[in-house]
Amino acid sequence: MASPWLTLAQNNDVLTIVPPARLSVKRGAPVEVKLQCKLRDGYHTNSHTPSDPYLVPLKLTWDASLLTPAGVTYPKPVMEKYDFNPQPLSVFTGAFEIVSSFSTPAGLPSGPNLLTGKLRYQACTKAMCLPPKTVQVQVPLVVQ
Amino acid sequence: MPVAPRWVVSIPLLAAVALFSCAGQSGSKTQGKVKAISSRKPAPEFALKDPDGKVVRLADYRGKVVLLNFWATWCGPCKIEMPWFIEFERRYKDRGFAVIGVSMDEEGWPVVKPFITNMAVNYRVVQGDDTTAELYGGVEALPTSFLIDREGRIAQTLVGLHGRDEFDHGIQELLDAQSAGAGAVGQPVAHAGAE
Repeated sequence: MASPWLTLAQNNDVLTIVPPARLSVKRGAPVEVKLQCKLRDGYHTNSHTPSDPYLVPLKLTWDASLLTPAGVTYPKPVMEKYDFNPQPLSVFTGAFEIVSSFSTPAGLPSGPNLLTGKLRYQACTKAMCLPPKTVQVQVPLVVQ
Repeated sequence: MPVAPRWVVSIPLLAAVALFSCAGQSGSKTQGKVKAISSRKPAPEFALKDPDGKVVRLADYRGKVVLLNFWATWCGPCKIEMPWFIEFERRYKDRGFAVIGVSMDEEGWPVVKPFITNMAVNYRVVQGDDTTAELYGGVEALPTSFLIDREGRIAQTLVGLHGRDEFDHGIQELLDAQSAGAGAVGQPVAHAGAE
């Protein structure tokens, strides 16, 4: 089985996303899912709270699953100044981590399952932009 | 699987764009200046709507030098170029020049109209689509601009943010060139469905 890193890196050009290879979930216990993200040098994405209403925010959403979403925590954005905007922009650069929290119902059936979601982002360099992109994220999990 | 607009077909050129972008705003050397007439290819025809719903065809502009600019509201570098294009439209309009902005915003006019109003855009803007982008080689990144000569041939392609002077020189070179076999300068060819 190909690693999540390899699979996603092949499908995604400037942003590589590494979800956990497999997640062990205990009934009734909270769960954290950490996505490791890395942008290609020279690129930035808008943060989840972009400075300009026309800019596309980075956003992670999870599909309905056995787990109950309890929130997504994004890293602290970097305020960077670019020639194309009079004010600094709220962006992510380099490597960053997105942490999602879930609660697990006590009556969760045991066995393997799959958590799926989408990460939408839009990347630019200081001279050009790529179109907004939505990447599917998959996290295999085992309920114990 | 990643989901992206179909107008993005490949990425290889982007590495080069990213490299030149790190060196400043000037253009990529690989894209060169205005091409010799013998190596220019016909600009693909299109029929796209402007904010009033009027169909705009490239053929309507035969006999003019056209700057065809693919852009989007979410593209910061595109915003740098727009004031230049406004100035070019104003300065060269009477010499047979026109800018056509092709918006690639998926949300369409509800987003684009207020944006171009706020930017005081004085040139024609149309709503782009996948088909048009593919006709023009995929339009891998924004901004991407094509300078089209009076005979409807692509004379220069500029991917990413380029210097204002690079556009200006290209436009002037094409405006100064002798028109061979084209309609009268500044007189667009009449076309059914056009304004």
